[in-house]
Amino acid sequence: MKPMMKLFAVQMLVALGLAFPPLTASGAINIFACEPEWAALAQELGGDRVSATSVTTALQDVHRIEARPSLIARMRSADMVVCTGADIEASWLPLLLMQSGNARVRPGNDGYFEASQFVAKLEIPKIVDRSQGDLHPGGNPHIHTDARNIARVAEALSARLAKIDPPNARVYAVRTSAFLERWRGAIARWEQQAQPLKETRIIVYHREWTYLINWLGLKEAGSLEPRPGLPPTPGHLAELLSLMQREPARLIIYSAYTDPRAAAFLSERSKIPAVMLPYTVGGSDKAKDLFGLFDDTIARLLAGVK
Amino acid sequence: MLKTRNIARSIAFAVALATGLFQPARAVTDEDLKELREQLRQLKQQYESRIEALEKRLQQAERAAGQAAAVATKAETAAQDAALQASSRPVSESAMNPGISLILNGTYGNLSQDPAAYRINGFTPTGGEVAPVGRGLSLGESELVFAANIDPRFRGTLIAALGADETVAIEEGFIQTLGLSNGFTVKAGRFFSNVGYLNQFHPHAWDFADASLASKVFLGNQLGEDGVQVKWVAPTELYFDLGMEIGRGRSFPAGPAGGRNKNGFGAGNLFAHLGGDIGASSAWEVGLSHLLTEPQNRSYEDPDSTGTGVTNSFNGRSRLWALSGVFKWAPNGNSTVNNFKLQGEYFRRTEQGNLTYDTAAASLGTQTGTYASKQSGWYAQGVYQFAQGWRAGYRYDRLNSGATSLGLVTNGALAAADFPVLAHYTPRRSTWMIDWSGSEFSRLRLQFASDKSRAGAPDNQVVLQYIMSLGAHGAHKF
Repeated sequence: MKPMMKLFAVQMLVALGLAFPPLTASGAINIFACEPEWAALAQELGGDRVSATSVTTALQDVHRIEARPSLIARMRSADMVVCTGADIEASWLPLLLMQSGNARVRPGNDGYFEASQFVAKLEIPKIVDRSQGDLHPGGNPHIHTDARNIARVAEALSARLAKIDPPNARVYAVRTSAFLERWRGAIARWEQQAQPLKETRIIVYHREWTYLINWLGLKEAGSLEPRPGLPPTPGHLAELLSLMQREPARLIIYSAYTDPRAAAFLSERSKIPAVMLPYTVGGSDKAKDLFGLFDDTIARLLAGVK
Repeated sequence: MLKTRNIARSIAFAVALATGLFQPARAVTDEDLKELREQLRQLKQQYESRIEALEKRLQQAERAAGQAAAVATKAETAAQDAALQASSRPVSESAMNPGISLILNGTYGNLSQDPAAYRINGFTPTGGEVAPVGRGLSLGESELVFAANIDPRFRGTLIAALGADETVAIEEGFIQTLGLSNGFTVKAGRFFSNVGYLNQFHPHAWDFADASLASKVFLGNQLGEDGVQVKWVAPTELYFDLGMEIGRGRSFPAGPAGGRNKNGFGAGNLFAHLGGDIGASSAWEVGLSHLLTEPQNRSYEDPDSTGTGVTNSFNGRSRLWALSGVFKWAPNGNSTVNNFKLQGEYFRRTEQGNLTYDTAAASLGTQTGTYASKQSGWYAQGVYQFAQGWRAGYRYDRLNSGATSLGLVTNGALAAADFPVLAHYTPRRSTWMIDWSGSEFSRLRLQFASDKSRAGAPDNQVVLQYIMSLGAHGAHKF
């Protein structure tokens, strides 16, 4: 047995020596963002001092991402992981954290940042039971659809960047205050623009718009999913349709990543316009950055109620 | 703002240029030039001061809006802070309990051959749970999973399989490191060996109700080793990992269940994987592993030429190479509605040593001779999700037993008929399945297989299965 094991050890060492050349180190803080909104925010706050990329796109459902080898490889070299948390990435993120062998980004260390920890969550279920669908015990995780939450996360993220990269702390502080000034101005503008949307009854697909609804004073009249995380069923759509005939909603909204067929079905039969919203950065041509995301979201909502 | 100023400058310049260009006939005096310059300067000054004033006003307006918003945000922040505190979860003793999940699984089987007499001809029986599901209604194995972080450095996982025959088996029970850097992770305890692809997955995550024939003959259905695993992930854009496992050799191919009573190691496995994406829609991974074991008294039962069930035993060396590949596709990487998964594995095993016939001297007397075999097997499967929750799949299995060379037969001491299960054969199987998942926690499956594992006794198997998962459900590997 001994010579056999010696052979193994030698094979192992040879293979280690053959390790591929490491990624080019540009000196920028390498940020692994779970979602496009946090990649965009980190880039706003860090400028050229950070290199932030999102591992998911606006066309993907963040609840259902495969823990692909490429994601493990990206996390392996990350200086920081920026994710939403609140269990939205529960089916893939823990595995990446486990397999990437990168202690810098382990939960509890400075390199691990969960945006949802810094905002008050809505819809924290009183009873957690899967008969009610795929509930998130920590509350609704789609926090970024309220622009005010972005500002709160920006402050916390900036502080964390400064902690990870002290030599550039001033850069982050200056960029963050400049961003927040622009952002607060923009929030005031969006709130102004969205005045006509107040009390508008809307049908959503998944409960991903709860924070937007709460922020702009919309009213949720129903959701295409019968229960969170379960696909629309004909029976549930028929129920919604009869509800719409009694108490019509003004809009049906769905995200860039959701199957548009259920929304189109209901829209066609109820004559209520269906509006696709970008949901996150990259979800539409105009949603190129965080400002564009909210500009386009509000423009689409306003166009829908006209 | 800078842009506007540049435009103003260009206009001034163009005006100057034009004035100069369109009065070529007139003789230009120094006085004229001076005047022109003075006019231009005044024009520029006027523009610049007006632009500056405009800029200032805009900035003031913006600042005011920003300040007002900041005041509002402060009030909001205070309110949110209060809400944040109110919304934090209550802390109790049970908050530190490990995450618990339970997998329930049951089957209905309709088989044309008796599953209790299952064997795969051409290959040494493994002693593993390789038989198809039982006939009629049966409860499958229920898996009970406990997992939690132990401290900042370690995580622990225990997975117990509660058998329908009222036995409890520890499928996996291991600790793994949390705190290592540079791509290293270490696992210790009992874990599913990183050999091939399917072996690391628990049966509830399989795409078919049973394992591949190759897993059955080369790994005893599923190889769980008591040992230590070290894995390293390369710091490269293309995923590359390299790992080594050393273990006691507690089950097939190293030996009978329970393993050896010796210091040192009884099994070693070396593995590597490469993986990446192709665009946004596809991802792939290939793996190669080499499992080396030294079986000691690896015994199996086989009726000899007199019809007596005898126990034979192998001592020697077993080398297993496994090549695996998996490819997944989903439109734009969004697997919610449609997705496709292609997977395949190829195994090749060489074994050399001695085979002892009839260890209990129950028939023709105990005799030992040489043993050498070169065997291979593969399977390929594709599973397509054609609508949300609905998947259909097909799998093809094929094994080649090769020609096993037995010293006791070549020297004439015994006949090939004394080792019927080792006679050359190429087992094969075709499997079709369709399953439905109402949510990611439940699955109902219908499977049909035409199984030619047994020489001359094709088995048509219909299996209906449910797999349900309760509680904290962990993430699944790629």
